[in-house]
Formats: sequence, structure tokens, C-alpha cells
Amino acid sequence: MKTCLVVDDSRVVRKVARKILEELSFACDEAEDGRQAMEACVRRMPDLILLDWNMPVMNGIEFLRSLRQMEGGDVPRVVFCTTENDLAHIQEALSAGANEYIMKPFDSDIVQSKLAQIGLV
Amino acid sequence: MKTEDFDLFQSVLKQRSGLVLTRDKAYLLESRLTPVARRWNMKDLGELAGAIRSRRDERLLRDVTEAMTTNESSFFRDGKPFELFRQVVLPTFLKAREDTRRIRIWSAACSTGQEPYSLAMILHEEQAKLAGWSVEIVGTDLSTEVLDRARAGVYSQFEVQRGLPITHLVKYFRQQGDRWEIIPEIRRMVTYREFNLLNDLGTLGTFDVVFCRNVLIYFDQPTKTRVLEAIGRIMPPDGVLVLGGAETVLGITDRFKPMDNHRGLYQLTTAPRPQGLAVKAAG
Ligand SMILES: C[S@@+](CC[C@H](N)C(=O)[O-])C[C@H]1O[C@@H](n2cnc3c(N)ncnc32)[C@H](O)[C@@H]1O
Repeated sequence: MKTCLVVDDSRVVRKVARKILEELSFACDEAEDGRQAMEACVRRMPDLILLDWNMPVMNGIEFLRSLRQMEGGDVPRVVFCTTENDLAHIQEALSAGANEYIMKPFDSDIVQSKLAQIGLV
Repeated sequence: MKTEDFDLFQSVLKQRSGLVLTRDKAYLLESRLTPVARRWNMKDLGELAGAIRSRRDERLLRDVTEAMTTNESSFFRDGKPFELFRQVVLPTFLKAREDTRRIRIWSAACSTGQEPYSLAMILHEEQAKLAGWSVEIVGTDLSTEVLDRARAGVYSQFEVQRGLPITHLVKYFRQQGDRWEIIPEIRRMVTYREFNLLNDLGTLGTFDVVFCRNVLIYFDQPTKTRVLEAIGRIMPPDGVLVLGGAETVLGITDRFKPMDNHRGLYQLTTAPRPQGLAVKAAG
């Protein structure tokens, strides 16, 4: 079973995302911010990280940059999932090593389509 | 709804767009034609039917027909056919048309443009191989409303997140608030034209590649046969037809046969033409 880490400071978003991903047969873990996500990745690299941008403690882009420098940190596919929906943010995310980008609001169609783009469904 | 009104709408739609409406879909008439009735200051479908009966107003009939079409589409819909276009179809024609350096592609029910623009983006990605070539993409649809949207090339945030890789969004679109506009370079690669598939296809010229996806599903079998065979007549012997996921030629016409190992792609057969002319097509 493929594994996914859902990183978002909103419990509601985590819950919605988790439900969609579980329906797509992912085993999900959750983190509330970038630091918690780092800790989770140190324990075990997931196949997929669904990543919010704005979070307290360590935001999404900082997390992604650190992740890509960790040993094995190039393995997880990272999909941003954020209300930052302008071209500048998207470009910044891609150059930091994001694989896909979801602009909120999202639904299961969009998640599925984006995961298909990166060969995860 | 009165039976005679249902029958009227049913026959108008069958005749004008090929749409087959069974009685269990009467609710679709209600939901899609009520706004049309409102626009024409009529109180309900009964009055709309009455107006159609008493004056065969072309604009009214067109409104009714367009309102009943299903325009659902997405970029790179179903993925695979577009992958095959890039990996199989395009290389084949790059070889086969080396002498003329000309390829014509038809998106036969293009709706809001996602299908022809997906093809245009693929061609753009392969542009190094296409220097000196003339590749034409023609998008047609019955509905003028969707064609206006296709020509504008402006899509919602939702629409650009279905089927479109994020790298393509960044490369081929400009942002306008929460809407995304396709760049002129891609838009210029597609020509749009109003065209009803029930009409004479002879006016369109010939096409090497025909995408005719998710429209035949709305027709009855004789109409499917008629349209597919008409398409076959405007394709060269080595032309490629691409159908939607729920569509096939099997049991509908023997002018086309599925291509081995390439699901959704069809080629002309050398089978005798329906008129009985035993024409042996090359290849
Ligand atoms: C579901 S869309 C398909 C769009 C695109 N080909 C795709 O697969 O995503 C069907 C389109 O067929 C058009 N259509 C229906 N009947 C037609 C006809 N008789 N001639 C031309 N277009 C027709 C409708 O207006 C609609 O835009």
C-alpha cells in the first residue's frame, strides 16, 4: 500500500484530504506543520506528501527545501495543496522541487487527476 | 410534461443534433430547457413547445438544441489517447508525410476547446521535429456558445486542474485573477468553426487525424454508422480516428478497425465500401 503524509494546520482539510486519499488506497499519516512533517519523514519517507503552504512553525516551502536536502528526501512526490494560487507561488514551488500543485478549493476529481499526472494512481 | 410536447422536443433534437432522448430523460428537458423558456419570456416548456409548433423560429430551435448538448470536457481527457497521439500517431505521420510536410487534425466535437488545445500543446512540445511543417488543428462543434468559449481560451481554476500537468499550466497559460487564459501562441494553432456532424462533411477537406470523442454516444446506431462512414470518406487511407472511452466501431461500421495494442485508435479497413464498390485502399 502506498503511503501519504498530509501536512496542513487545518484539521478539517486534513480530514477531507485523508478521506479522498484513503479512497485512492493510500495509507495516510498527518502532520500539523512543517516541523511535525520533518519528524515524520525522518522516521519514514512516505510515497506522497500533500503539503499546505501557510503553516505556523515551519511553512510548506521551507519544509520542502529541507526535505529535498535530506537523505532519501528526493523520493517522496510532493503535491502542494494551498490557497496560494498565483503563478509566482506555483513557480517558486516547482523550483523548490514540488511535483504537482493543487489550488484550493479541491475535490477528489482534482486530487485524482493530479496524482495521475505524477503516476501515483 | 405532455406526451405530445415530449415527442416534439424529441423529434426536433433527433433531427437537428442527432441526440436520442428516451422518455426516462424527460427530466433533462425540464432542467435544461426551463432556462431557455425564461430567456424567451415563456412560462414553461408547454409554452415553448407551442412556440416551436406555431413558428419554426430558427433562433429558438437553435437555443433549444444547444441547451440540450452535454459540453463536459477536460484537458488531456482520459490521458492515454493523447499519449498515443504523441508517441504513435505523430511519429507515424512525420514519416508518412515527409514529402508534403503537411498534417491536418480535426477535433470533431471540440466543446470548450480543451481537446484541440491539448493537441496544440503536444505539438508545441514536439516543435523541434516540426520545423518547416504545416500542422493545422480544426475544432468544430454544433454549439456556438461553446465555440465562443473555446476561442476565448479562458478557463476556471477548476477546469485547469483537471488533466493538465502543472508544468503546462505555468508554460501555456496566463493568469487573470482566478481565471487562466491560454497563451496566444497555442490559441493561434487552432481554428474554430461551427459545424454539425449531421451535415455534409465534404466542405471540411480531408483530415489525417480525427478526434471524434464523446459525441457519438448521444446518437442512435444508424446515425453513428452514417457519421463514422462520412468521416471515413474524408480521411486518407492511412488516417487515424480516435474515439472516446465508451465508443467503438464494432457492430457499427466495418469501414474502421481498431489498431492493435492502441486502445481507442482506429484505422480504415480495406473492406468494401457500403455502396458495394470494391475499393482496395492502400496500406
Ligand atoms: C461531451 S462534449 C465532448 C467534448 C470533447 N470531444 C471531449 O471528449 O472531451 C460533446 C460535444 O458534442 C457537441 N455535439 C453534439 N451533437 C453534435 C452534432 N450533431 N454536431 C457537432 N457537434 C455536436 C456538443 O455541443 C458538445 O460540445
